Parts: sequence; C-alpha cells; structure tokens
Amino acid sequence: MGGICLLLTTGEALADLHGFILGAFFLLAYSGGLASLFALRIEWEKPTGVAMLIRQIKIGTVLMAVIIWLTVITGTYIVYPLYRAQYQQVLSITAWNTFAMAWKMHLAWIAPMLATAVAYVVIRYRSQLAGEARIRQTLEVLFTAAFAAAGVAGILGAFVTKVLPVH
Amino acid sequence: MRTRPPVQSPDTLVEPRLGPLPNGPAAAAVLAAGIGCFALGLLTVLSTAFPPLANVLQFYPPTGPLTGVSTLAVVVWLIAWLVYHRLWRHKQVRFTTVLVVTLVLIILGVIGTFPPFYNLF
Repeated sequence: MGGICLLLTTGEALADLHGFILGAFFLLAYSGGLASLFALRIEWEKPTGVAMLIRQIKIGTVLMAVIIWLTVITGTYIVYPLYRAQYQQVLSITAWNTFAMAWKMHLAWIAPMLATAVAYVVIRYRSQLAGEARIRQTLEVLFTAAFAAAGVAGILGAFVTKVLPVH
Repeated sequence: MRTRPPVQSPDTLVEPRLGPLPNGPAAAAVLAAGIGCFALGLLTVLSTAFPPLANVLQFYPPTGPLTGVSTLAVVVWLIAWLVYHRLWRHKQVRFTTVLVVTLVLIILGVIGTFPPFYNLF
C-alpha cells in the first residue's frame, strides 16, 4: 500500500500564502483598524489617548497596506500563472474562471491603492486627525471600501480554489 | 464636550482649517486613489474591447493582460497623486466634494472590473 503525502505542493503552499496568510491577515485586521479610527476623536480622548491611538493606527494601517500589496502581487505574478497553466483547457468554458477568477483578479487591485491612501493620511496628519471629522470619516469610508474589495476577491478566490485548486 | 473653534479661512467657500496642516494633501491622496481605481476599471474594459491592446498589455505573459492593466492603473494613481499633491499641498479644499468624486470614481472602477459589464464590449 502506498504512503500518503501530507505535505503541500509548491503551488498549494504559494496559494495558501497568498490567500490564507496574507489575504486573511488583511481582512482580520480591518475591524481593529476601523474601531481605532472611529474612536479617534478629541471629544472622546485625552491627548495621551489620542497619541496612543495614533501609534496603533499608524502601525496597523501601514502594515495592512504592505500586506495587501504583497497579496495582490503574489496573486498576480505567482499564483495566477500557475492556475492559468494548469487549467488552460477549461478556462474559457467555466464560470469559475470567466466570472469568479476574472472579477477577483481585477477587483483586488483596488484595495492596495485605497489602503495606501489611508496609511499616508494617518502618517501625515497624526493627532490632527482627532479634530478632523471629515478627513477621518473619509478614511473610514476608504478603509471599508478596501476591505470590501479584498473581501469579495477573497471569497471568490476561496471558492475558485475549491473547484480549481492550484497544485 | 471639548471642541476647538475653527480657524476661519479667508475663502469662505472652503472648509475651515482646524490644525497646522491644510487638508489639501489628504484630499490629494484620496482623490488619486479614486482616479487609480477608475483607471483600473477603464483599462480592464479597453483591454477586453481591443484585443491588440490586450496583447500590448501582456507585460508578463504567464499572467496575461492583467499585468499591464494593473501596472498602468498604479502608474496613473501615482501620477495623479503627485499632480494633486503639488496643486493642493498648501491649500484647504472642499473635502466633501473630493470624497463624493472619489466614491463615484471607485464605483465606476468596480463596475469596469465586473466581467458581465466589460464583456459587453
């Protein structure tokens, strides 16, 4: 009886890095980032509280921007070519590719541009954000739009991986 | 409730400045992100509508036209950011207007990436 290999192939490991590690981290970090942005108000926080929140938000938004850039780059230049090569016979005839993968791979690129804008404004304005309601609300909207784009891309990617897994 | 009185801007059509930095740089970053999203959607539609363009956009053949579409969208985003930053870095702008325009651009960009839409062309 043959042995069972429990190790991942290179393609599976790269796909997991892209989706389960990088992509999932970005999505999970969103709620903490949004809560911190929402709490950043001079009418709610003392100066020391604002400074503490700003430090958290700076680290969080920069990390999230870096992570989402890595996610889309690994997806576009590493995982997608493997997927495209393995399933070239069926790409044009399955909706998992013509709709799900096609939308996911384009939509995802919206997230890093929005996330970078958020991180830049946080770094540039620091504690002034606590008094700038309009800018803060705009960041919350962009942050949420980035999360939505990455979330839809992630869900579609999870489904495609089930049907057309990369090996 | 603790509030700070706004510093009145001489131009009453724009929002008052509430701190040491004007809102121009923030507005530039926000609007540029919207322009980048719109460029992504537009390039997706164009690469589908014009197969020769799709061939040109295959910057990395194993991936296909997506590499050119995404790269050019990022370039457009960065150029827009540079231009608007230089224009607005010392200015106080109508932030609500910038947000609305940005949201419209993002929505158009998302529509442009939607396969049932771009396959119409």
